Amino acid sequence: MADLSSVRRMLTPRWLGVAPFFLFALMFLILPALSIVFGAFRAPGGGFTLDNVAGLNTPTIRGAYWVSIRLSFWSALLGCAIGFAMAAAIVLGGLPRGIRSPMLTFSGVASNFAGLPLAFAFIATIGPAGLITVWLRTEFGINLRAATGFNLFSTTGLIITYLFFQVPLMILIITPALDGLKREWREAASMLGATGWQYWRMVALPILLPSLLGTFALLFANSFGAVATAFALAGPQLNIAPILLFSQIRGDVLGNPGLGYALAFGMIVITGGANAAYLILRARAERWQK
Amino acid sequence: MMRFMSWTAFLLGSLIFILPLLGMTEFSLSMRRGVYSLDAYMSVLSDPVFRATFSYSVMMALFTIVFGVLLVVPTAYWVRLKMPELRPVIEFITLLPLVIPAIVIVFGYIRLYNTSSWLPLTGSTMGTNILLMFGYSALALPYMYRAVDTGLRTIDIATLTEAAQSMGAGWVQIFARVILPNVLVAVLSGAFLTFAVVIGEFTMAALLNRPAFGPYLQLVGANKAYEPAALAVIAFAITWACMGLIQLVTRLSKHTRAQR
Repeated sequence: MADLSSVRRMLTPRWLGVAPFFLFALMFLILPALSIVFGAFRAPGGGFTLDNVAGLNTPTIRGAYWVSIRLSFWSALLGCAIGFAMAAAIVLGGLPRGIRSPMLTFSGVASNFAGLPLAFAFIATIGPAGLITVWLRTEFGINLRAATGFNLFSTTGLIITYLFFQVPLMILIITPALDGLKREWREAASMLGATGWQYWRMVALPILLPSLLGTFALLFANSFGAVATAFALAGPQLNIAPILLFSQIRGDVLGNPGLGYALAFGMIVITGGANAAYLILRARAERWQK
Repeated sequence: MMRFMSWTAFLLGSLIFILPLLGMTEFSLSMRRGVYSLDAYMSVLSDPVFRATFSYSVMMALFTIVFGVLLVVPTAYWVRLKMPELRPVIEFITLLPLVIPAIVIVFGYIRLYNTSSWLPLTGSTMGTNILLMFGYSALALPYMYRAVDTGLRTIDIATLTEAAQSMGAGWVQIFARVILPNVLVAVLSGAFLTFAVVIGEFTMAALLNRPAFGPYLQLVGANKAYEPAALAVIAFAITWACMGLIQLVTRLSKHTRAQR
């Protein structure tokens, strides 16, 4: 009996243990993505073509990508800046230690609070009848929209809304990096006569730079693919790449399936590029965190 | 000076979180003119469509969790035990859902598994449900895999496996009675994260035309005034509960470990 089972064990190849996983990944992750890529380069009658990708060069589609890129860029940049300031305040700024753990837990929650409910929360706050809008109007007579030109259902509104998950994501990623700044480096710098500003400019920031840039790339990709929040805020009319793709999948608004695949392919290229930047920069950043 | 600046940065930054939460709570309570009331919540909770879509999404989340656990735990275990050279490949694959936007993945599904394809999953309701569950499993893969892999790192799986084998346990027994109980906390963390991801997911469910909670939220958001805010409060509470449960199980496990 024992011999039989050990013989069977030797005959069962090792790779059988990972076969289900690879089968799943192939069928529901890799092949779907590849099928989009192939679709982008396939002519209607079969055969290779660059027409679909070239067809992206219309004012509407160029505009959609451009608004998406601007939206992702600004929400990532502001998310990085605010998140960094808050993380630095918590880790280095001498705030009570009790704040740290609740703040990290809350960041975990907030970075996962996206999609439609997030849009609803912002509509209830700075939408046309939102808490702050009404408060400014009744208490100070300020009409938010007329006074500042602010409109929640615009790109600016989306940038502000995205901050709700971008900032906590930045806090979650950058806090360990800030923890990694060794006290000795600061002491060594001040012993050599560096001011606080010089320490930051010449020691801390260069060390943190890969982390910062990497997280920026991650936040960029994070908001680039987001559909639900934008859809709930601005509806299907808003011309950004993911929403244009959503309408294309629903009803072929571009009037050319091949163009839809090319649009999706363009999104993979952009988010893939941003994520590749993140991985490369993270590997660089980890050199300092030993 | 330093401390003053820190407090300013912290408090100003917190406004981004506090104001929307305050706004949605206040808005959700003001359905009745002049006084605070729970009318919006009543209206939501008594809506049969709410109940139907919400239970659909809960069921989807549970199936996704079960499938995810059965897929990820054996794989992560096997890779750590027998094929460590595959780890970078597997890790790369589990990161793909963060790289490829969900909308592109589901676009691929529609192209690959439509009614005229070799595997017409979207042809039937059951098939589409299964496809959606696979899609959710793919979306949750990064969270589930990382949670489980971290859990496996803390136990000595080689020794545990040898001990179980020398007592005559088969692979199923080793998996169900030795490995799984030892990484239960990690599995639960992954499960709660999966739940939080799946429950309000919109893009995949909408494009596959399934009556899930996400598309329902969109419908309410487009047609009602106060109910969306109530739904946002409920969704936030669910996210909080999931994260709170992760903290709780992690903390409980630390206590049992300290006693040993």
